[in-house]
Amino acid sequence: MLFGYEWDLSSPLAFAISILPILLTGMVVTIQATVLGFFVALVLGLVWAVLKAAPSRFIAWPARVVTEFIRDTPLLVQLFFLYYVLPEYGIVLPAFLTGALALGIQYSAYTSEVYRAGLEAVGADQREAARALNFSAVHTFTHVVVPQAIPRIVPAMGNYLVSIMKDVPVLSVVTVLEMLNVAKIVGDRTFDYLVPLSLVGALYLIMTLLASGGVRLLDTWLPKQGIPLK
Amino acid sequence: MTEEPIIKFDKVVKRFGDLTVLNKLDFEVKKGEKVTIIGPSGSGKSTVLRILMTLEGIDGGVVTVGGEPLWHERAPDGSLVPASEAHLHKMRSQLGMVFQQFNLFPHMTVLRNITEAPVKVLGLSRKEARERGEELLELVGLADQAQKYPHQLSGGQQQRVGIARALAMRPNILLFDEPTSALDPELVGEVLNVIGKLAEEHDLTMLLVTHEMRFAREISDRVCFFDRGRIREEGSPEELFTDPTEDRTREFLQAVLD
Amino acid sequence: MHWTQYLPPLIEGAWVTVQLTIYSTILGAVLAFAFGIGKLSSNWAIKAVSVAYIEVFRGTSLLVQLFWLYFALPLAGMAIGVDLRLPPVVAGVLALGLNIGAYGAEVVRGAIQSVHQDQLEAARALNFTPRQTLWNVTIPQAVPEMMPSFGNLAVQNLKDTALVSLISLGDLTFRAEQIRNFTQDSTTIYSMLLVTYFGMALVLTGLMRALEAYVSRWRTARS
Repeated sequence: MLFGYEWDLSSPLAFAISILPILLTGMVVTIQATVLGFFVALVLGLVWAVLKAAPSRFIAWPARVVTEFIRDTPLLVQLFFLYYVLPEYGIVLPAFLTGALALGIQYSAYTSEVYRAGLEAVGADQREAARALNFSAVHTFTHVVVPQAIPRIVPAMGNYLVSIMKDVPVLSVVTVLEMLNVAKIVGDRTFDYLVPLSLVGALYLIMTLLASGGVRLLDTWLPKQGIPLK
Repeated sequence: MTEEPIIKFDKVVKRFGDLTVLNKLDFEVKKGEKVTIIGPSGSGKSTVLRILMTLEGIDGGVVTVGGEPLWHERAPDGSLVPASEAHLHKMRSQLGMVFQQFNLFPHMTVLRNITEAPVKVLGLSRKEARERGEELLELVGLADQAQKYPHQLSGGQQQRVGIARALAMRPNILLFDEPTSALDPELVGEVLNVIGKLAEEHDLTMLLVTHEMRFAREISDRVCFFDRGRIREEGSPEELFTDPTEDRTREFLQAVLD
Repeated sequence: MHWTQYLPPLIEGAWVTVQLTIYSTILGAVLAFAFGIGKLSSNWAIKAVSVAYIEVFRGTSLLVQLFWLYFALPLAGMAIGVDLRLPPVVAGVLALGLNIGAYGAEVVRGAIQSVHQDQLEAARALNFTPRQTLWNVTIPQAVPEMMPSFGNLAVQNLKDTALVSLISLGDLTFRAEQIRNFTQDSTTIYSMLLVTYFGMALVLTGLMRALEAYVSRWRTARS
């Protein structure tokens, strides 16, 4: 019995059906961790992008080194670091928040690149035209550059959202009860790992396909030339 | 007895989507003939070449090369069925093509570009292929460029390599798809010289699509004016260029030669 | 304990990590080419298998794949009477290789499709068979296109090796965890761990960039 659900060990199919509600409980946690981690990655990534674009070398350079460091080190290790080291300095977060934070930090290194590449892709000629028309720098940014950068940025961010979802199982090592962890607990108790793990794999595949499909849909829905300003 | 034409288009139809580019085209080329095809863009000139080189299929009619159907083969009961890849492979060995964009292999040296197909397709030894390649480079005036890469050569030089590469396969029929259209004006001459030399010294059948009217006049046995998928008019260069019978031909020549 | 005493076990672990990375990258590269080309095959069975492989291994979490191979596969084997228990190192290399192979396959496919149609026409005009065209014309020109993405995938693979510590494989992360359990010196240990991975990633990136430069010799004539 787990989370109030009994499982039925009479046949593999009955087993699978009986643990489905249990796994779905885990799926809810998976989705929550994905969304929160994604949000952190978006915000933090923007911070890095702004710092990296700073005119002063003393700000831009350390920012670049830090993001490179985050990019090149494993999520698992970053997670351990946050989970075990932060409490030593008085910051005690629930496991779920620690996990989401770790996801957000790891992916912020990638999202900062997406921001940078998306903004850069709006050609110099656009900025020149704005300058010739005497737009202020702020107005150029908000009304010329950003609307044209968004159709490039959104699909890339969408793909990272899907990647974050696939990395959520790593959080199981710090006791977050996402889908893989739940499946493993069921397996530990019943000695049958095959059904729970296969089911988790299948559920993940469905989630990924739906999410990727959603990203593609969003991509077709966004006009290529930029967000229309009337 | 008149000889069988080496190329024969018999009521050939070719469509691209809704557009009918060739509409029951009848067209013949005799062995050793040098034929130039002129006409406005979209008239189907390049399509004729591409069909011969098996780069495009046909939607109707029969194309015959060297007496045998190209895009069809004879079934045991004598009827015509669509050609298999094996049949196309066999037929293709009679033809060679020089492309508008040269299409050289950027990752191979000039010599390798020329020898690769003889080795891999004809089964020549590297040594034999190299000898053949060096002769051909001599012929097109690029003997000292053998070890260069395409990007190190000018457009005119690249196209001459393209001609050598096609010749290395010893085709009976050589197709030129607007060979100088992608070249800077001052480089056009060197390529036309090579083509002219080929026309004079070899009894290759040559089919040339070009806008270079003066050149066409010099080397052709026959000129065909294509318009909207059919041959509007054809004849010897003198006939066509000095005294075209069709109005449309006259119109086109006036626009182009001015 | 002084941090320098952590070094010997960490170095042992690092060596395991390096070997894991090498083997799984090689496996991944082979699978990437096999299924990347397979996805472009005109044979629908080969194409279907390739698409299935790519979608399944890209669409599910690596940790799930790893656990499945280590915990679930033996049970499937028992059901059909075959001993499919994999030692941790085999499960690890297999999971990592299958995973990175799927991502690599898409890179290979994309690069092959990016080779210009003109090149294929030139090859056909010279009567190359489709297979000859693929190996002599398409792939040499596709490989330089693949390298930047392969570089990213290689570093990603290195990071992913840390997950094998969760099936008790004695890699760098596993060793670090052992030391931490013993000394409770989290800050030092994890800092060293992060720095070590960072160092390895930089070396790997350097190697991939050198490889990229070597292969770019071919990418000479883009006009």
